[in-house]
Amino acid sequence: MLRPAQHEQTDQRLAVEATDLVKDFGETRAVDGVSLAVPTGSIYGLLGPNGAGKTTTLRMLLGIIDPSSGTRLVLGRERPLDAAPEIGYLPEERGLYPAMHARDAIAFMGALRGLPIAEGRRRADALLDEHGLGQWGRKSIRSLSKGMAQIVQLLGTIIHKPRLLVLDEPFAGLDAINQGRLEELIRREARTGVTVIFSTHVIAHAERLCEQVAIIAKGRVAFDGRVDEARARLRPIVRLHTRAADGPWRSAIPASARREGSEWVFELPADGPEPLLKALIDGGAGIETLAIERPGLHDAFVAIAGNTAAAEMGQDKPQ
Amino acid sequence: MMRFIRSAFVIGRRDFSATVLSKTFIFFLLGPLFPLIFGGVFSTIGARVASRTERPVVAVIAPQADFDRLTAAREQLADAIGDNSLVRLVGYTPKADLAAQQKQLLASRSPPVGAVLVGGLRHPQLTGALGGNPMEVGQLRLIIASARTGTVSEEPDLAIATVEASSGSLAKDRSNTAQIAQVVLFVLTLMLSTMVLSQLIEEKSNKIIEVIAAAIPIDAMFVGKLFAMLSASVLGLLVWLGAGALVIQLIKHGGVATLPTPAVGWPAFLALAVVYFGMNYLLFGAAFLMIGAQASTAREVQTMSMPITFGQVLIFGFASTAVGNPDSAQGLAAAIFPLSSPLTMLARAAQQPELWTHVVGILWQALWIALILRFGAQLFRKTVLKSGPRTPWWRFGRA
Repeated sequence: MLRPAQHEQTDQRLAVEATDLVKDFGETRAVDGVSLAVPTGSIYGLLGPNGAGKTTTLRMLLGIIDPSSGTRLVLGRERPLDAAPEIGYLPEERGLYPAMHARDAIAFMGALRGLPIAEGRRRADALLDEHGLGQWGRKSIRSLSKGMAQIVQLLGTIIHKPRLLVLDEPFAGLDAINQGRLEELIRREARTGVTVIFSTHVIAHAERLCEQVAIIAKGRVAFDGRVDEARARLRPIVRLHTRAADGPWRSAIPASARREGSEWVFELPADGPEPLLKALIDGGAGIETLAIERPGLHDAFVAIAGNTAAAEMGQDKPQ
Repeated sequence: MMRFIRSAFVIGRRDFSATVLSKTFIFFLLGPLFPLIFGGVFSTIGARVASRTERPVVAVIAPQADFDRLTAAREQLADAIGDNSLVRLVGYTPKADLAAQQKQLLASRSPPVGAVLVGGLRHPQLTGALGGNPMEVGQLRLIIASARTGTVSEEPDLAIATVEASSGSLAKDRSNTAQIAQVVLFVLTLMLSTMVLSQLIEEKSNKIIEVIAAAIPIDAMFVGKLFAMLSASVLGLLVWLGAGALVIQLIKHGGVATLPTPAVGWPAFLALAVVYFGMNYLLFGAAFLMIGAQASTAREVQTMSMPITFGQVLIFGFASTAVGNPDSAQGLAAAIFPLSSPLTMLARAAQQPELWTHVVGILWQALWIALILRFGAQLFRKTVLKSGPRTPWWRFGRA
């Protein structure tokens, strides 16, 4: 635990603060000046395509590797390992000892973070029961399905009641039901004041869960802020379906408007919807439907990180 | 520090349980059968070393004229069969109390006296443990015959009184104890420490290394793994020692009590044997853990095993040279070189009674264990976890 004096010195509003983190592997620069500020108690998403530098950034924040340059402050500590008892970490590549019983595996992960083994086993039994895996507690990891083993590892990540939860691609490999369970678990942890940082290359998860995101592309932070701020970078989208194929109303829609089936799709003009509506009605468009949509995080991501990165992100869809 | 120890304990407990509670531990306990056969082959090295140990001499208490004739006769014989294989003679002027002089010489360590010859050339009488060695007694008869007449046409009667142990036979026995102890220690360490090579493969192949590296210092993981393996080994060692003592008790008349007594005595020697086993294991284990941590697959570990085994044999050979000559330059070098130090010091315990040298030796070895572990953990972070800025090789290890 942090000593009171340290508490006073650190900014408790930020669970993690990283400044200009750089990581070189030989001649390759994997992370190039990443700065992050993760508010305490928030759900914070690291978004980016594969190879963008998300995992390397998380590994530096956790102290698994040291940065080539730059500084990090995790729960007020300059050395992340000093804060290890208050951190839970689920790595991208899941790993458990195959011969260990599920409850022992969970308790072992807690013990690594300073939780007494007996208390760990007691909590493991309770958590396994809670997640419908009570009868698997005394079975070896190798006898569990991949999904079950992932849940076991996730429970091992929270067994010691951390203040900061770092999840690297936590949804990868989970079916739709378990993805839903995991989302609920993340929300529940956040409700208790736990700061959650997770990386993903699936935008929908970040959109559903995160209050704040950092978009990482090619080792750099392209955007860091609230999800609605990212969306606000784009104008709302208008979807218009008219009875009239042509007429004076056409001058009311921007030249950049495109056809998607029977609809016209274009950005809402800067002067808002009312002048547009008036021009369409006066021009005899015969409005069948008109929808004004807030842009999604995906659209914001395309605008921020570019189409190539967005195409890579789109390779894995959420279930 | 407490957190470091607790972290190492968590890793150690897991590894110990995983090792000892697995079915394969039975095979581990049966393991010494094979290396003991292997060790038998290597005992030839010990035999070679034995020839270099200080050979017992025959103390001749006789007038100078008699001794000169005996020496001349010995030299004649040496020309024929070689000096090395011939019994050595050292002359002493008779004192008033011959019995006391005889007793004193039989207890002499420098030179180690195997027997005492009195009575001159006319009535030769041999006392000592040499009486049990017919070849050397035969040589003496030839030397005396030749000294008497200049020929060996008639062998003289040589009265022989055998005593149980002289300083010469004791030195030889202690050398044997030293050799046996070294071979046992070498074989055990050879078998156990190469197992450490693959200790990190499980974590690396299971990817659990990420979870561990994010939670505890790598140094603590190394220490935990090493001590877990040591604990499992000590458990095995106790089983093997018990079984070994039982076998000796059954097959050797008189049981374990007939084994040659080490210079520091059995209790201290056994205690030192356990400590040096631990030190030897930790030294090689730390080095092998460091090397093995660089391997990604079992195949790579297998490839590393052979040169590492040869390296161990080389170090064993180096340590063996100290048997019989613990205070020689070679003996001291083998005691100082960290990897040969435990083997050398155990042999020393069999031959020299001083205990302070062992305190120094154990502290010296502990220092090197810590240094190797520290270096190994840094190397692991740099090369396997790819951590930190690039460091020139000449600055490596300073961080």
